[in-house]
Amino acid sequence: MTAASPELTARLGQPWKKPPLIRQAWLRIALSLGAVVYLAAAVSTVEVNWSRVYEGLDRGAAFILSFTRPDFLTRGSDIWEGLSESLIMTVAASVVGIAISIPIGLGAARNIAPLPVYLICRSIIALSRALQEVIVAILLVAIFGFGPLAGFLTLSFATIGFLSKLLAEDIEAMDRTQAEAIRATGAGWTQWINYGVQPQVMPRLIGLSMYRVDINFRESAILGLVGAGGIGATLNTAFDRYEFDTAAAVLLLIIGIVMFLEYLSGVVRARVQ
Amino acid sequence: MLRLEKLVKTYRTGDQALKSVDLNVPKGQVVALIGPSGAGKSTLIRCINRLVEPTSGKVWLGDTELTHLGAGALRRERRRMGMIFQEYALVERLTVMENVLSGRLGYVGFWRSFARRFPQSDVDEAFRLLDRVGLLGMADKRADELSGGQRQRVGICRALIQNPALLLVDEPTASLDPKTSRQIMRLICELCAERGLAAIINIHDVALAQMFVARVIGLRFGAIEFDGAPEALTPDVLTRIYGEEDWQATIRKVDEDEAEASATAEAVA
Repeated sequence: MTAASPELTARLGQPWKKPPLIRQAWLRIALSLGAVVYLAAAVSTVEVNWSRVYEGLDRGAAFILSFTRPDFLTRGSDIWEGLSESLIMTVAASVVGIAISIPIGLGAARNIAPLPVYLICRSIIALSRALQEVIVAILLVAIFGFGPLAGFLTLSFATIGFLSKLLAEDIEAMDRTQAEAIRATGAGWTQWINYGVQPQVMPRLIGLSMYRVDINFRESAILGLVGAGGIGATLNTAFDRYEFDTAAAVLLLIIGIVMFLEYLSGVVRARVQ
Repeated sequence: MLRLEKLVKTYRTGDQALKSVDLNVPKGQVVALIGPSGAGKSTLIRCINRLVEPTSGKVWLGDTELTHLGAGALRRERRRMGMIFQEYALVERLTVMENVLSGRLGYVGFWRSFARRFPQSDVDEAFRLLDRVGLLGMADKRADELSGGQRQRVGICRALIQNPALLLVDEPTASLDPKTSRQIMRLICELCAERGLAAIINIHDVALAQMFVARVIGLRFGAIEFDGAPEALTPDVLTRIYGEEDWQATIRKVDEDEAEASATAEAVA
């Protein structure tokens, strides 16, 4: 060993600390203080009418208590009808949405699509994501009238934005050399996708599709509120009539089905890894 | 068989990876391409089958000039060039058999390959190759279940089932242990000899290259710095290729390695 350099000598015996994210101490302190002041100011502007809250507590309690005695029977046929409508809507919209999402997802991955195709597909995705489901549903109900057709179209449209985007991102993050190796064999484009790209993104595609089925079912409950059919319509009617026990039954069914779908997607994802 | 004329590759960043490379590889010759990281070895190999588009210059494979070809003709010529990759580049979620058969993709139509119904002759050849590299029993395993050496053997099968005239081999031993590295190099060279294949092998391990190949090319800053027999790699030459360093150990190691390798071979025999 040679003698320690002056630079090293200066460092030895000194404690070491991780360098801070913002180097200037005054800026660091000012930003933290500013954040605290803003938060306090923001909270203080939210008005709370405490006497209204006190009155509302009773109604809230009645609603929550009704969960202890949900009524599945009085409106049994309505619930059943709404539920089967929702399930049909969910399955149909998921299948159609996923089928359309795959080509758009391929086109929206920069590493496999040429620039014009990429831009078109990204625009479609941006459009689908910018329009929230409820807004689309209101528009489609205006066009197609009340009922599950509007809900089905809304969910299909929303699925495209969700699934294409995440699929495209997964394709962009794939291992390039595996795909390159397939290209080097002289494979055509479709063969290249089938052998080099698809195996890499398939587990995620399946996982995301399952997740989307789950989301579509939950959304179908919301869409009923704006007239797009399904269990949401039943739920809305129940609320309008102050039939909290029927509403509780509907909500319990939705929770049960979502939990079942969650379990199912866990099983499926574990198997396709 | 393979002829490069004034091949130049300038990346969009402005890096000149290849500066006018001329190279001639006759049929059946195995060439090792050595040089420091960033010398352009990988780029050179990829410019031949146009996984990287060369900026200018010509690549002749037999009587065909590759740099002008359209997509369809390029795919047909790629069938004649098998490629073996660093880190194997197997499609990990496909089975061993699918990986091997993917070497036939250039010969079969989409629906056939999509349904995995390859012609019987391809299937037979795949089994023959797997048997040749000692992996017949692994055919239905998924590629990510195999060890590094086994994966590289599958990679070799995938390249050979193309029935190529030329092998492009990119750092075949970079992620393998020393013993497996030798086995893989030996296997590649034996297979080239059996089938009369020409090959270009990028390799970091100079000693390993010297053990197996007939001709070594040294690349430095995208230009050919040395082209000759492995015995001619003196410390001076290595300094010209890689820069100043004590090369005695590297070169002496070759002799010892050879002695040891032959001893091992005898012991096995």
